[in-house]
Formats: sequence, C-alpha cells, structure tokens
Amino acid sequence: MRARIAKCLTVAAVAASLAACSSVDLDDKAGGQGGVGQGGSSVSTGEILDPFNPQSVLAQQRSVYFEFDSYTIPEQYRSLVETHARYLASHGQQRVVIEGNTDARGGAEYNLALGQRRADAVRRMMTLLGVSDSQIETISFGKEKLRAKGNTEADHAENRRADIVYQR
Amino acid sequence: MTPDHSFLQAIRVQALQRLAVAVLVLAAGALLAVAPARAQLRVDISGTGAQQFPIAVADFSDDPNGRGIAEVIRADLTRTGQFRLISTGGANLTVDSTINHDEWRARGADTLAYGTVTRGGDGRYEIRYRLADTVQRGQLDDVAFAGSEAELRRIAHQIADRIYEKITGIRGVFSTRIAYVLQRGNTYELQVADSDGQNAQVALRSREPIISPAWSPDGSKLAYVSFESGKPVVYVHTLATSHRVPVANYKGNNSAPAWSPDGSRLAVVLTRDGLSQIYSVNAADGSNLQRLTRSPLIDTEPFYSPDGSTIYFTSDRSGSPQIYRMPAGGGDATRVTYNGSYNISPRISPDGSTLLYVSRRDGAFRIVAMNLATGSENVLTDGPDDQSPSFAPNGMQVLYAAVQGGRSVLAGVSSDGRVRQTLSVLNGEVREPTWGPFSR
Repeated sequence: MRARIAKCLTVAAVAASLAACSSVDLDDKAGGQGGVGQGGSSVSTGEILDPFNPQSVLAQQRSVYFEFDSYTIPEQYRSLVETHARYLASHGQQRVVIEGNTDARGGAEYNLALGQRRADAVRRMMTLLGVSDSQIETISFGKEKLRAKGNTEADHAENRRADIVYQR
Repeated sequence: MTPDHSFLQAIRVQALQRLAVAVLVLAAGALLAVAPARAQLRVDISGTGAQQFPIAVADFSDDPNGRGIAEVIRADLTRTGQFRLISTGGANLTVDSTINHDEWRARGADTLAYGTVTRGGDGRYEIRYRLADTVQRGQLDDVAFAGSEAELRRIAHQIADRIYEKITGIRGVFSTRIAYVLQRGNTYELQVADSDGQNAQVALRSREPIISPAWSPDGSKLAYVSFESGKPVVYVHTLATSHRVPVANYKGNNSAPAWSPDGSRLAVVLTRDGLSQIYSVNAADGSNLQRLTRSPLIDTEPFYSPDGSTIYFTSDRSGSPQIYRMPAGGGDATRVTYNGSYNISPRISPDGSTLLYVSRRDGAFRIVAMNLATGSENVLTDGPDDQSPSFAPNGMQVLYAAVQGGRSVLAGVSSDGRVRQTLSVLNGEVREPTWGPFSR
C-alpha cells in the first residue's frame, strides 16, 4: 500500500495540475483496500495521501465542524481526523498548524480562547493516534477571520471550525 | 497567511485640524449629511442626566479661530450630559470685558466662559480664557495658553477640562485620547484619536486582524494583539516613535495584554502549555515570564485593579464564562459574577469601586456595571451586541463598541447609564475601543 502511494506521489508531483493518479485509485480498489473512493460510485482521487496535492483528501478535507458551544469532535469528522493523524504519524517530519475558529457572537478574546479549545480537541485526538506533539501547533483566530460573513445560523455553523493546515 | 510586511507600516497622519470640523450633531439623521473627507466620529446624545449645570460659552473674540475653540468647548461639555448650554445671544466678549453677572444669571447661566484668541506675528496664538461665576459674582478661572494653529484643538480641550473640573469638582477627560481598531474590508487600522473622536491618527495598518489594544499607564505606548505573522502575537508599540517590540510570541496564541498600574509588567494570555492561561512578562522586552493561573480550563482577559494588588479575569472553570479575581501574583481565585451564563471582559473603574463587564442577556450582549462593595448591577446599554467597554480615566464615562444598523460603531455611556451617545465612523467597522489615561 505504502509503495503504491509513494509511486502515486511521484506521479502527482510531476503532473500536479493534471487530474493525475486515477490509476492508483483503481489499483487500490483492485487491491481490496477500503477508502473514500470505494464502491465505484465516485471518481474521487481521495486516496492520494499528499497534503500539498489539491486532489488529495488531505488537502480537500481538512476542516472539522463543531456544534454550538461544543468542543467535542463530532462522530462524522473522526475518520477525517484519523486520516490526517495516520499520515502525520507516518511522516514524522511533517508539521501542521491546527487553526480554531468560532462564530461571530461574543467577545474577541473569549472567542480566541474558545477557538483554541477546538483546535486543541483536534490536537489531542491526533496525539492519541500517535502523532508527536512536536509536529502540531494549535492556534486560534477566534472570530477574527470569519469564512462566512453573514449572521445566519448556517454562517455561524460554517465558522465553528478547526482547520488542519500543513506547513511546507 | 503570509504577512505582507511592505504593507505593514506605522503611519502618523499629518494632523488635519480645521477647528470648524468640530460639529456637534444632535440628530442621528443628520450624520450622513456632513460627510468629511476622512472618517470622523460624531456624537449623538440620546438621553440626558438628571442634574445639568447651566453654562454659557461665548465665542472667543478677535481671531476667527475663536469661534471654533468655543465650539469644541461646548461640544465637550454637552457630550457629558452634565451641562446645559445657555445661548450667548451673539454677545461679543473679550477676555477683558466687564461681566454683568446679573444679566447672565437672568439668562439662566450660572457660569460664563469667555476669552480672546490673538495671532502673533510669528504665527503663534495666544489664548486667554476666564470663567465667571454669576451666582457668586466672582471669577473661577483665568488662564493663558500659547500654541500653534495645530494645537488649538488641544488647547480648547484643556480649557474644557478646566471648566469641567471647576464646576463639577471632577477632573476632565476631554484632552485624553482613545484607541480603537478600524476595519475596512481586509484592512485593519489601529487608530488613536482625541476623546471626541477627532484628529484620528493611524498607529498601525495591517491586512491581518488587530485586537485588544491596551494603553500603558503613562499613555506613551499601546500593547495589542496583531495577527500579522499568521497568528496572534502581543506587541508593545511606542506611539511617539512607532517602535514596536513583540513581547509575547510563544507557540500557540499570545493575547489579551493588560498593564500593571506601574507600567512594569504586562499580563498576557498564552496557550503554550495547553488552553488559554494567564502569565505576566516584563513590559519592556517580554522577559521574566511568570505563569499566574493553573487551571484545566480557559483563563483569559486579565485586568489589574488600580492598586495593582488584584487581577480580574474571565474563566469558564464553572462551566460558563464568568468573572473571577485573584492576587496579582497568582493564587486562589474568587468568583465575582453569578448572574447569567456569559459574563466576560472585566474592567475596573479608576477608583476600584466598580466592575464593568459584558453580559449576555436574552441573547444580546450588554455592558453591565457592578458595585463591587454591594454586588448590585446596573445594565448600562441596550444594544444587540455591545462589547469592549472601558472607563474614562475619571470614571465618569464608558466607551464601548456597539452594533447599530448592522455596523460596529464607537459608543459612549455615562457610568450611571443615564446618558448615551454614539460616536460613529462614516466608513468602516470600529472595534476594540479603549480609553487612554490622563495625559501627564
């Protein structure tokens, strides 16, 4: 499995801007590996494990969304965090910053602390899965860098988020 | 995420000080009618205090700038809600005029301010002012100032400070300054302005957020949190030189700076050891890091009591954010707020008697004043999202950020909650206001 990924990464690096690596996706299915693309209903190339390849699941799915006033990683995001954690555990030199965010309501400094708590929840799950603490920095933007600028519940939900950002 | 250092620049805007721009707008509807070239703050009084001192302020004579000086003084006094301006009926007074006390008393003025502005051959001005007491038929004040044209506004504020103190017995704050962050699109400006919002200067301009400005006790520096490096870092910025030093730049977040009253230490909030906790560093260079809280949950927003013995802060150790206090060197914390499930941003009045904080009430964020001796509360504001309160250095007024019409503006309220005003910016979101100390 890892050898195939490595081969894929080489291809991806050469042809990053093309829709590369679909062959690896097929290989994985042929090899009976589970994954995002399993089931044939998708042409996803999510099996590419390269955080710097825009086609990779590691680049495409790097946000964990939280419920209101909650710092618990929701069940549906646990596999996402696990995918990143597995990659980081096997790439000990790779560093990430986990950026916590809150919705727009409340004070700037308290929201900064709340965003930090969300980032920290992701960090703790990753370290439990074998990622070294030294690979991770958790920071918070609080309510200062809102992705959704509006004031609807959907906007608030979009902003209650921790993003996993790989460092080059 | 990459900071654009070429864009980050400390700028001192040349003061644009036409005295005539000090216009007191009494009706909110008139705000847009007077659109100056630069963003300027306007005052809108929506309530009045119970007792008002009746005062007449005559146009200062001789030079055309004399009318502007009187207008600045009138606007300053009106803004407090503590004064009622009596018309001077076009009286033409010089500083040497003989005052008919009975006539001014009959007009309703208990006091009368008047003076003369003369422009010397070197272009400098001499401003002489007197304050007459029409009840006692005496003179309360008689002072002369000298300055350039650019200094006339400051001198007018100083005269207003003298009038305020002579009549109320309380030191005036009109010649103090305020700081706030003005956000326009993706541009953030840390601005310093006079207490009436005029004469704004840009201390720092950035494409990344700036929050939590805090004045040094001597008014020479601002500590703040800048995201320019991609994450929150605490800087101390000397206003006169634009020299700035990162004083807390550890792994994780660095935020919520608060000066000790002697200016030597800065309490900061760091996440280097996990969740937000309170530490202190030397304000000059960030050295001598000390950890002050050790809780498993969030401790943030430290604020020193005026005597330096106590730090008030926000913590969610009870399950919801509440205000606590502890010895300034760390130690056992005592919970201070109990009413409601969201109480943040503690600030202590200059006399140490009153705690200001932001409280969520029925889904809205309001500024609340608590008498620390009795625990009684006074909800000062009625907006949907009032944040970032700070006391004027005489404790009589509170500056805060309010959302009005979907936009964040600068607002003020008397510390008894009776007089509210809006200081509105015409172009941009005003956030994180904080009132500076008395000038020394």
